[in-house]
Amino acid sequence: MLKISWLIATAIAVTYGSMAQADWKPAKPVEFIVTSAPGGGTDNFARVVQSIIAKHKLMEQPIVVTNKGGGSGAEGFIYTKVATGDSHKLTFGTNNAYLLPYVAKLAYKPDELIPVAAMALDEFLLWVKADAPYKDAKSYIEAVKAKPDTFKMGGSQSKDTDQTLTSLIQDATGAKFIYVPFQGGGAAGVQLAGGHIDSNTNNPNENAGQWKAGAITPLCVFSPTRLQGGVKVTATMGWSDIPTCKEAGIPIDQFQMPRTVWLPGGVPADAVAFYADILKKVSQTPEWKEYIERTSQTDRFLTGQDLRTFIASDDAKNRKVFEQEGWIAR
Amino acid sequence: MENFASLLHGFGVALTTYHVMLMMIGVFLGILVGVLPGLGAPNGVSLLLPLTFTMDPVAAIILLTSMYWGALFGGSTTSILFNIPGEPSSVATTFDGYPMARQGQATQALTLAFLSAGFGALVGVILITVLSSWVAKFALRFSSPEYFAVYFLAFASFIGLGAASPLKTIVSMGLGFAFAAVGMDTVSGGLRLTYGFNELLSGISFLIAVIGLFGIGELMLTIEEGLRFDGIQARVKIRDVFKTIATLPRYWVTLLRSAAVGCWMGITPGGPTAASFMSYGLAKRLSRRKEGFGQGEPEGVVAPETADHAAGSSAILPMLALGVPGSATAAVMMGGLMIWGLNPGPMLFVERPDFVWGLIASMYLGNIVAVLMVLATIPLFASILRIPFAIIGPVIVVVCFIGAYTVAGRPFDLWLALAFGVVGYLFKKLDYPIAPLVLAMVLGDKAEDAFRQSMIMSRGSLSIFWSNGLVATLMLIGLALALGPLLSTMLGRVGKPKGSSVVA
Repeated sequence: MLKISWLIATAIAVTYGSMAQADWKPAKPVEFIVTSAPGGGTDNFARVVQSIIAKHKLMEQPIVVTNKGGGSGAEGFIYTKVATGDSHKLTFGTNNAYLLPYVAKLAYKPDELIPVAAMALDEFLLWVKADAPYKDAKSYIEAVKAKPDTFKMGGSQSKDTDQTLTSLIQDATGAKFIYVPFQGGGAAGVQLAGGHIDSNTNNPNENAGQWKAGAITPLCVFSPTRLQGGVKVTATMGWSDIPTCKEAGIPIDQFQMPRTVWLPGGVPADAVAFYADILKKVSQTPEWKEYIERTSQTDRFLTGQDLRTFIASDDAKNRKVFEQEGWIAR
Repeated sequence: MENFASLLHGFGVALTTYHVMLMMIGVFLGILVGVLPGLGAPNGVSLLLPLTFTMDPVAAIILLTSMYWGALFGGSTTSILFNIPGEPSSVATTFDGYPMARQGQATQALTLAFLSAGFGALVGVILITVLSSWVAKFALRFSSPEYFAVYFLAFASFIGLGAASPLKTIVSMGLGFAFAAVGMDTVSGGLRLTYGFNELLSGISFLIAVIGLFGIGELMLTIEEGLRFDGIQARVKIRDVFKTIATLPRYWVTLLRSAAVGCWMGITPGGPTAASFMSYGLAKRLSRRKEGFGQGEPEGVVAPETADHAAGSSAILPMLALGVPGSATAAVMMGGLMIWGLNPGPMLFVERPDFVWGLIASMYLGNIVAVLMVLATIPLFASILRIPFAIIGPVIVVVCFIGAYTVAGRPFDLWLALAFGVVGYLFKKLDYPIAPLVLAMVLGDKAEDAFRQSMIMSRGSLSIFWSNGLVATLMLIGLALALGPLLSTMLGRVGKPKGSSVVA
C-alpha cells in the first residue's frame, strides 16, 4: 500500500514538475531592475514595457520597478548577479551591461548575466546649433580640422557611448574635439541650444524638442540606413531627410545602442523563454510602435542566438576603442 | 496679457470636481510619504506613477504635482518636530524649527513654516505665469561656469554662519565634500572612494546621512539628557494657529527677500536646497536679532521655507521648457510625461497649451489646497510631542530605520545611518557644526562637476569665470559674500580687540 501511494505521489510530482518546467510562470511579483536613475532613457524603456504588460494583461503577477542606477548602472547589474537563480528579477539596460566592466573594476562579469532580448536600437546623430554656419557634416568636420582642440563636443558621462562615438569620429576623420562630459543627454542638449558647446551626439529623443523649436539641427545619423518617419519635424525637415553619416562623408557605417533585457545567471531555460515570449508580445503592440516612433529608435527585436551574435560583435567593436583610448581598467 | 488669458483657460481645465478631488488625494498621500523620512517625494511619485498610465495627462500631472506639494509640507513637519529633514531642502528649517518645537512652540513653528511655504510657492507660480517665455530663454544662458558660480554663491552666503570656530566649519565642510565624492565620477568615469564595497557604487545617499546625523544623533543626545522632550508641557490650542497666522505680516521683509532668493535659485538652476540655505544665511546676516538664530527664531523658519517652495515651484518651468529635470522628483515626473505621450521641451507650450496651463493653474490651486490641509493637521502633529519620550523615542528609531531602508532597499544603508548617527552625536558633543557638512554633501559634487567641466572647456584657465557679464557678476557677489564676514572680522579685531561676537 505504502509503496503504491509513494509511487503515485512520485508520479504526480514528476508530472507536475515537468508541467511546471515546460510552462514556467512567475509565482510571485516580478521585479524590474532599471539600471538608470528615474527619468533616464532606460527608465522610460522599462516603464513603457511595464505599462504595456499591465494594459494588455500579458502577465498575471504584478510588476515592481526599482531604480538601481548607481555607478552608471553597475549597481543594478551587480544586484542581478547576486540574485543568481532568481527568475523573478528582470534587468533593463543598454550595451552598458557588457561594456561597463571594461572601464571600471566591478564585482560582476557580463557572462554572469543571461541576455533575454534586445528590443530596440537607439540611434546617434551629430547635432550642431541651428544658426551655426555648417550646412552639412562635411563642412563642420572641415572646420573642426582647421582648428584642432577648440571645438567642444558635449555628451552624457565619461567613457560611455557618446565619448566612444566622439573617439570614433576623430579616428575616422582626423578631427580633434574637446570632449565635455555632462550628467546626461538632456543637459548636453540644453548646453548646445544655449551655444555653450559646438556639437553633441545625442539620441533623437534627447534633442527632438530643441530641434522642433529651431534651436539646433541634425547633420547626420550614425545608422546604416536613413531613419523612418516621413512626417516633417520642422518646416523643411523630417527624420527621414537626415542623411546617414556615411552619405555625408564621415566613414562610420553604424553606431547604435541596443536596449537590452537580462536575467540573473542560473535561471531555468524555460524562464528565459517565458520572458522572451512576453517581451516579443510587447514589441508587437501598437503602444510599443508608438514608443519607438516617438523616440525615433529603430525597432529590432533580437533574442536567442541572434542576440548573442549581436552582443559579441558590438562588444568587440567598443572594446577596440576602449583599448586604443587606454580606458580599460585593470 | 496673453499669458493671463491662457491662465484663465488653465483654471477652466483644473477647476473640475474630479481634478480638485485628485488634488486632495495627492496632497494627502504626499503628506504621508513626506512625514516618513526616506520615503520622500521621489519614491512616492514613482510608486504612484503606474496608476497614472491610464489617466489623461492633465489629471495625471495634477495628481503627481499635488503629491509633490504634500510631500514637501510633510518634510517640513518632521524637520520641526523631530529634527529629521525629509528632503534636502528642508534641512535649513531644522536650525530654528526644532529649537522652537523643543521650547513648546511646535504649533507656531509649523504654522509659520506652512504659511511661508505657501507664500513662497505662490510667488514662484506667479513668476512663471508672468515671465514664462523669458525664464526659459534666461536659463539657456547657463553653462558650467555659471553653474559653478551659483553654487559658489550658495556656499559663500553660508560662510561664517555658525557660532562654531571657522576651523571646525572647514573640517565639517571638508568631510561633506569627501562624502559627496563617493561613487562613480561623471567627469572621469572612474570609481572613487568605494573601497570595493558594491553598496557604495551609487554614492552615499544624502537622506541616509541626514537620518543618521540629525535623527539618530539627536536621539542619542536626548537619551543622555534624561529621556525627555521639553515640548511635552506644550498645550495644543487651535487658537494658536490663528494667532500665529496674524503674526505673519510682521515678517514681510523676510518673506519678500526669501521669495526673491527662491525664485532666483529656481530659475538659475541652483535648486531648492541651495535656495533654502542661502535664504537662511541672508536672513541671519540681515536680521536685527542675529543672536536668536539657531535658538528658535521664527524668522529662521520663515526664510528657508519661503525660499524652498519658491524655488521648487519656479523650477518646474525650466523643466518643462528645456526638458532638464531640476530635482529627483521632477525627473520621475518627466519620465511620466513621456509615458503619457508628451515630449518636454520648448514646443510643449505651443503644442499642448491646455496641459501646460492646466498644470500651472493646478499649481495655484494645489498649493492652496495643500496649505489648508496641512494647517488642519497641525494640532494632530503638534500633539505627537506630548507623548512620553519612552514611547515616541523608539517609534522615531523605527521610523528612521524604515526611512533609511526605503531609500534604496539595502540593509547596508541601515549600518551607514547608524554610523552617521554616531558622527552626529560626536559632532554635537565636540561642538562641530553639522550644517556645513550637509551643504557640502548636497551641492559638493555638483559644484565639483561644474568646476571641472569649466576647466575642460577653458583648457585649464580660470579666466572662464570672468568671461562674460553673467558669470562675472555672480562670482563678484559670491566673493563679496565670502570675504565680507572675514573683512568685518578683521576690522572688528582691529577696532575693538576684546570683541567676542566677531563671528557673525
